[in-house]
Amino acid sequence: MVDLTTEYIGLKLANPLVPSASPLSHDTDSARRLEDAGASALVMYSLFEEKIEAEEHQMERFFYQQSIGHNESVSFHPMPDNIQTYQEQYLEHLQQLKSALAIPVIASLNGTSLSGWVEYGKQLQQAGADALELNIYHVAANAEESGDAVEQRYLDILQELKGQVSVPIVMKLSSQFSSPIHFAKRLEVAGADGIALFNRFYQPDIDLETLEVVPKLELSSSAEALLRIRWTALLYGRTKLSLAVTGGFHQTPDVLKALLAGADVVHLCSVLLKHGVGRLAEILLELEQWLLEHEYDSVNQLKGSVSQQHAIDPSAYERANYVQVLDSYSSPAGVLR
Amino acid sequence: MKNQQTLTIDGNQAAATVAHKLNEVIAIYPITPSSTMGEWADEWSSRGQVNLWGTVPQVIEMQSEAGAAGAIHGALQAGSMATTFTASQGLLLMLPNMYKIAGELTPTVFHIAARSLACQGLSIFGDHSDVMSARMTGFGMLCSNSPQEVMDFALIAHAATLEGRIPLMHFFDGFRTSHEVAKIAMLDDDVMLAMINEEWVAAHRNRALTPDRPMLRGTAQNPDVYFQARESVNAYYQAMPGIVQRAMDGFAKLTGRSYRLFEYVGSPEAERVIVMMGSGAEAVEETLDYLNRQGESVGLLKVRLYRPFDAASLLAALPATCRKIGVLDRTKEPGADGEPLYKDVLGAVAQDFSSGESKFSVMPKVVGGRYGLSSKEFTPGMIKAIYDELKQAQPKNNFTIGIHDDVTHSSLDWDASYRTDAHADTFQAMFYGLGSDGTVSANKNTIKIIGEATDLHAQGYFVYDSKKSGAITVSHLRFGPKPIRSTYLIGENDADFIGCHQTIFLERYDMLANAAENAVFLLNSPEPVERVWASLPARMQQQMIDKKIRFYVIDGYEVAEKSGMGKRINTIMQTCFFAISGVLPQEKALADIKHAVEKTYGKKGHHIVELNFKAIDETLASLHSVPLPTAVSSQFDIQSRISDAAPDFIKRVTGEIIAGRGDALPVSAMPVDGTFPTGTAAYEKRNLALEIPVWETDLCTQCGKCVMVCPHSVIRSKIYPIEVLANAPATFKHAPMLGKDFPAGLEITYQVAPEDCTGCTLCVDMCPIRDKSNASRKAINMQPQPPLRETERDNWDFFLSIPEYDRRLLKTNTIKGSMVLQPLFEFSGACVGCGETPYIKLASQLFGDRMVVANATGCSSIYGGNLPTTPWTKNPEGRGPAWSNSLFEDNAEFGLGMRIALDKQNEYARELLSALREPLGGELVDAILNADQSDEAGIYEQRERVAALKRHLQFLNNQSAQTLLQLADNLCKKSVWIIGGDGWAYDIGFGGLDHVLASGRNVNILVLDTEVYSNTGGQTSKATPLGAVAKFSAGGKATAKKDLALLAMDYSNVYVAHVAYAGKDTQTLNAFLEAEAHDGPSIIIAYAPCIAHGVDLSNNHRQQNLAVKSGHWPLFRFDPGKIKQGKNPMHLDSPEPSIPYRDFVKTETRFSMLWQTHPEDAERFLEQAQQDVKNRYHYYKQLSELEWNESTSVSAVKAQLKSESAKETDNG
Repeated sequence: MVDLTTEYIGLKLANPLVPSASPLSHDTDSARRLEDAGASALVMYSLFEEKIEAEEHQMERFFYQQSIGHNESVSFHPMPDNIQTYQEQYLEHLQQLKSALAIPVIASLNGTSLSGWVEYGKQLQQAGADALELNIYHVAANAEESGDAVEQRYLDILQELKGQVSVPIVMKLSSQFSSPIHFAKRLEVAGADGIALFNRFYQPDIDLETLEVVPKLELSSSAEALLRIRWTALLYGRTKLSLAVTGGFHQTPDVLKALLAGADVVHLCSVLLKHGVGRLAEILLELEQWLLEHEYDSVNQLKGSVSQQHAIDPSAYERANYVQVLDSYSSPAGVLR
Repeated sequence: MKNQQTLTIDGNQAAATVAHKLNEVIAIYPITPSSTMGEWADEWSSRGQVNLWGTVPQVIEMQSEAGAAGAIHGALQAGSMATTFTASQGLLLMLPNMYKIAGELTPTVFHIAARSLACQGLSIFGDHSDVMSARMTGFGMLCSNSPQEVMDFALIAHAATLEGRIPLMHFFDGFRTSHEVAKIAMLDDDVMLAMINEEWVAAHRNRALTPDRPMLRGTAQNPDVYFQARESVNAYYQAMPGIVQRAMDGFAKLTGRSYRLFEYVGSPEAERVIVMMGSGAEAVEETLDYLNRQGESVGLLKVRLYRPFDAASLLAALPATCRKIGVLDRTKEPGADGEPLYKDVLGAVAQDFSSGESKFSVMPKVVGGRYGLSSKEFTPGMIKAIYDELKQAQPKNNFTIGIHDDVTHSSLDWDASYRTDAHADTFQAMFYGLGSDGTVSANKNTIKIIGEATDLHAQGYFVYDSKKSGAITVSHLRFGPKPIRSTYLIGENDADFIGCHQTIFLERYDMLANAAENAVFLLNSPEPVERVWASLPARMQQQMIDKKIRFYVIDGYEVAEKSGMGKRINTIMQTCFFAISGVLPQEKALADIKHAVEKTYGKKGHHIVELNFKAIDETLASLHSVPLPTAVSSQFDIQSRISDAAPDFIKRVTGEIIAGRGDALPVSAMPVDGTFPTGTAAYEKRNLALEIPVWETDLCTQCGKCVMVCPHSVIRSKIYPIEVLANAPATFKHAPMLGKDFPAGLEITYQVAPEDCTGCTLCVDMCPIRDKSNASRKAINMQPQPPLRETERDNWDFFLSIPEYDRRLLKTNTIKGSMVLQPLFEFSGACVGCGETPYIKLASQLFGDRMVVANATGCSSIYGGNLPTTPWTKNPEGRGPAWSNSLFEDNAEFGLGMRIALDKQNEYARELLSALREPLGGELVDAILNADQSDEAGIYEQRERVAALKRHLQFLNNQSAQTLLQLADNLCKKSVWIIGGDGWAYDIGFGGLDHVLASGRNVNILVLDTEVYSNTGGQTSKATPLGAVAKFSAGGKATAKKDLALLAMDYSNVYVAHVAYAGKDTQTLNAFLEAEAHDGPSIIIAYAPCIAHGVDLSNNHRQQNLAVKSGHWPLFRFDPGKIKQGKNPMHLDSPEPSIPYRDFVKTETRFSMLWQTHPEDAERFLEQAQQDVKNRYHYYKQLSELEWNESTSVSAVKAQLKSESAKETDNG
C-alpha cells in the first residue's frame, strides 16, 4: 500500500486530489459523488463579490427605488421580506455540504476590493468552513495602479480576512506577478497558510458578427498545467506556505508532475466537468498504480522531488530553456517559413 | 387603556391592517387609489400573517371588480367573513352584487378610497361621486376623515356590520386620506378582540349555506310578495345607527378616541353651521377654531354615518341656535336641484320643523354647495368664504367653491391669501424631485423618522405628475406639536423649507412662490458656490432677496458619485434637510437617518448601507451656505414651455395647465363635453434627455430601424427633392436617398426632436451599422443635449417644414419605406424606453389618417389621453387618429360600436349615392361604389372622388344630397383600432373581446402585452407568465400564461399575430398590414417590455430577443385569408427555441427574485415553463404544417396535435 496522504494548510488529507471551485459543488448529490470517488477535500464554488454587488444593485434599483413618480403606481414589484440573499444561500449550502460530507470543505471567496464581502469570512467559518480560499480576481488594467499597489491589494484583503477568521486561508493567485516568489513570501508574512497557482481569468472574446466583446469561458487544457508546475517547482522549499496547483490538471501524469514539483494538493475541475466525477477515482487509481510501479512509499516521498531545489538541472526551470524550446520548433512539411 | 403604539402610515395601509385582521376571504382587483389596500392584504397573507382568529386570510385576485364582488358575495353566503377594496368605476361594477349582499342582510365591510367617476374625462383623484352612486344599494355608509379615523372606523364598521347585519361601505377620500402619510395610533389585537363579539361571528356562520342544513336564498319573487319582502328589512336599518353608535362608544372606552354618528364641533351657540363629510371637514375644523377665536360663532357637523341616515341624531347634534346651514357635497348630480347630502339634511330639518316639535325657533336656511371634486383643493380661504356667505340673508344655494364659474356663476369668491394661525408652530416643507430620484421615498423616511423619534405630529402628502417619463414629484411635509388637520397643500408664502432636487426645475417652476419669509431654499446643483446665484432665473433671485431666503447648495450628484452611490441622491438630500432645517438636532438626525437606512436595507444590502453611510458623512462637507447678493443679476427667467406659435386654445388652456395654473382656469375655458384638440404634446418641450442621438450621414444605410423603435417618435425620416435644402440651416444634415425605388435627386434626413427626446438610447441600440475603424461608433450615437439644443431645435423646425413624401410612392411593406410615413402619435408621456408605444406609433404611421381608436383604460390611455398634453396628432391635411377611452372593461365593445356605426353610415351613404346616380352622373357614382381602397393609392383616389362628390352635392338642393354631404366621408376607408393592455384583453375585458372576435366585424385589436397591470403598478393578470413574481403573485405565478392567440385562432376567421418588434421588425410590420387588410376581426398580441419586468428599458430589445429565442414569445401569424386559397393559415416566423428558457428568465428581476425567495418553486416553475415553451412551439409547428381546407379549424385539428413530451414518448 502506498501512503497517499498529504498535508495541506494544516489539514490532513487522504490524498492530494481536491476538486476546485466549480459547479460540481452546487448540489449536495454531486459533492457526495466526488467524495465517493475519492476527493480528499472540496473547494466550494465561489462566492463572488461582483455577484453580491450586482444583487444589491438589483434590489436597490428594482425594489427600493421602484417609483417613477406616477400617481397610480408607486411601485411595480412586491417587496419581499423573505429574500434569501446570494450570501445567505451560499452559507446555507455550505452547511448542507458540511453535514453531507466527511471530507473538509474549503469555502471560496472571489472578489477584488476591500469591502463588506470580506466580513463574510466569519460567517463562513461559523457555518463550518474548514478553510477559506481567497481568489482575488483583479485585472490590473488601471495605468495608474503600480505593481506594488496590486500586491498591496492582495495583502490588505488577506489581512482584513485574517482579522475575521481563525481557519486557514489559501490565496489563489494570478500568474501575472512580476516576482511571484517574492510575493509569496510577503503573503506568508501576512499570515497566509497556502497559495493556489493559478486562477484562470475569463478571457474576453470578440464576436465577429456583432463586434461586441463578450466573456468566454474555455475549460482548461493540459497545456496549462506546465506553467503551474514550473512555479510550484520554483516555490517549493522557499516558503512554508502550502502549495496547491489548479488549472490544466487533466491526466494522471499532470498530477504526478505537480507533486514531483512540490504541490501539496492538485485541484481538478475541467476534467471532472468534461468526463464526469468518476474520472477522479480513475486518476486516483492510476496515481496509486504509478507510485506502486515506481516503488514510492508515499506521496510525501514524491512531493518536491523534482522541485528546482532537487531538480537534476535546476536552471531548466528558469529562463534559459525558453530559447531552446523556440529553436526546437520546426514547421510541418510544406509550410513556408 | 394602555399606551398605544404609533406608526407613520397612510390611510390605505390603515384600512388594510384592520381588514386583514378581521376577515378570512379577501377578493381584490387593482384600481387607483385603492390598489395598495389589496397589495398589503396580499403581501401579508403571502407572508403567512394571521388574522384575529389565528388563520391566514385567503386573498384572491379576480378578473374585475364585478368578479371580486361576486366572489365576496359567495364567500359571505358560505359563511366566511369577507371583504374587498375598491374605488370609482370599480365600485360601480360591484353595484349589482351590493344590492344582493345588502338585500340578504349579509355583514361585510367594503373599504373604499373614494374617487371621481369617469364622465367628461377620467380622473383618478378623490371625491364622493363613486360612493354616492352606491348609496341606494342598501349598504350602510361610514366616512372617515383622516388616516387615524380610517383605522378606527374600519374596526367600528366591522363590529357594527357583524352585529347589525347591514353591510357597510367604509369610505375615505382618495389620495387625500388614502395616500396621506400620518402618525397614527395603532389598534392592537386586544382592542379588536374586545370589539368583535364572537356570538355575532357565530350567528353569521350559522346563516351560511351548507348542505348540512340546506336552505335556499335568492329566490325569484312575484308581485304578490316582493314588495313586502323588500320592506321586511326596515327594522334592521332602523336599528343600525344605534348599533354603530354603540360600537363607537365601546371603541372610545378601549382607546380614548370618541366618535359620534354626527359630530358637532365649534361654537355651542353657532348660528352658521357647515355640514359635510370626508377629509375636508378637518380643514373646516381647523378654520372654525381660528374664526371662533377671532370672535365669530360658527360650527361644523361632521357626518360619520351617512347611511342608514339617522335624522334624529343629526338634529340632536345641531345647536338650537343654528340659523344657516351650508351643506357641502363632494360630488355632482347633474340635473338635480341639489346634491345628496344637502337633500338629506334639508329633508331632515324640514321634516323636523314641520313636526312642530323642533328645537329650532325658526326654520334654519339650508343651502347646498359643491367643493373638492377630483381632489380640488379645499382651503381655509374657501371655508371662510362659505361661512361669510352664510351671513347673507339669502345665502347662495347650489353654489360651488374652489373654482371660478364664469358660465352659470355658481361659484363663491374666496381670498386665496387667507390663512389661519394653525401653522404658527408647524414646520412646513416642500420638495421638488424627479419621480425616479427617490425624493418621495426619502421624504416618507423623513416623516417616519420625525414621527417615530419625536412627539411631533407628522403629515406627508405627495403630488405626482401625469407623465411617466421625467415626472416631477412635489412632496408636502408638515410637522408640529399639535394634531395636523390641514387637509390641503402647503400654499403660497407658507413653506419654511423648499428643496429643489433637480436644476431642470429652475427654468420650469416657480418654486419659491410658496416660500415663507426667511425660509430655507436648498438646491441640488452642479454649479460651484460662486456661480450658483447666476444660474437662477431673475424671478427667483428677486424672490430670494424679497423673502430673505436662506440659500444652501450642494452638488448632490458629485457626492453620490464620490461615495459610490452612482446617481442616487435621496439620502444625500435628506441629510441636507435635517442638517439645515433644524427640525431635529443635527447629531440625532444623522443617527436616525443611518438607523433608517439600516432598517431599509438591513442585512440584505450591507454594501448599500455602507455606501449610504459614506454619502451621509460626506454630505455635510459638501453643503454650502450661499450669501445672497443684494440685487438681481440674472438675464433669463422661467419660460413658458409653449411656443408663441401655438394655437389660441393651446396657449390659453393647455399652456396654463402645463404651467401649473390649471386651478385658475374658469369654467368657460373648459370644453363642455370633454372634447380636446389633438397634437398638443408637440407644444410641450420637456427637455428631459441629457443625451440625444446624433445621426452620422457617412455610415447610415437608411434602414429606418431607429425610427421604428423610437418609443417617443422623436427620430423621424423624410425624403425630399434636393432643392428643398436651399433654405436649410447650415447644420441641417442630409444624404442622397439610396435605393432603386427612388429617383435621383432625392435627399433623406434622419432628424431628432432634441427637446422631446427622453434619451432612452434604443435607437442607438438598434442601429446595425458600425464604423469599420471604430466599433463603438454607429450610424447614430448619443451625445450631450445642451450644446445641441439650439441648433437641433432649428433643424427640427426646418425638418417639420419640409413637405411629407407622397405616401403612394413608398413601399410600406418595408421598414425603410414605412418609416418615412409621418407618425401621428408623438412625444407621449410614456416611460423612457416604453415597450408599448412603438406599436402604436407604427399603426399611426400606416393607418393614422383613417384611424378611429377605442382605447382601454390603462397605461396607453394615460400616456395617450391624460391632460395637459396628448400625443395623438394629425397630418398636414388635417387627418389623423380620432381617439376615445370609454372604460376599462368595455373597450372591445366600444370599438365594435364604432365599427358598426361607421359601416352603417357607409352603407347609408352608398344607398344615397346610388339613389342620386342621375344628378351626380353614373361614372362618379360607380367609381366611388366600386373603389378599391386596399392600398394608399386607392385610398387617395377615393378621397379625391369623394371631394368631387361633395363639391357636386353642395349644389344639389334636396334632402338626400344634403344628408349624403354629411355622410360622404364615410365612403372613404376607416380603420377601427381597439387598443389596450393585457389586463383589459386577458381579464376584465375578455368577455367583450371574445364577443367582438366572434362578431366577424372588421376591427383591429392591438393587445399591448406587458404581462401585468402596468398602470396600477404591476399586478398579476392572466397574461403573467408562470413563475413570474408580480403583485398578487408574490410567490411566483403558479399557473401558465393564458394563450390568447390560440383562443382567438379557435374562431378561424380571426387574423391573429403574435409579434415582438425587436425580435423581427418586418414580421411586426407585416402583421399590422395584414391585420388591417383582413376583412374581419384581427388581433395583434404585441410583446411589450415594461419596467414592471424588473429590467432597465435600455435593454428593451435584448429582452424581446431573449423572449423570442427562448420560446417565451414565439412569433407567428394566422391569416384566415389563406384558408380560402387552400393554404395553411398558420405561419411561424420564429425558429425553434434556440436558448434555454433559463437564459431569458435570469435577466429579469420578476423571475430571478423567486430564486431568492422560493428557490425550489423557482426551479420547478422553470422546468415546467421550459417544457411548456417546447410544447407550445411544437404545437404551433404542427399547426403550421397541417394541410388545410376551408372546413378545417384550429379546434378541429387540435385533436391531431401532440405535445413535445408526448412525441418524445412516442419516439420511445
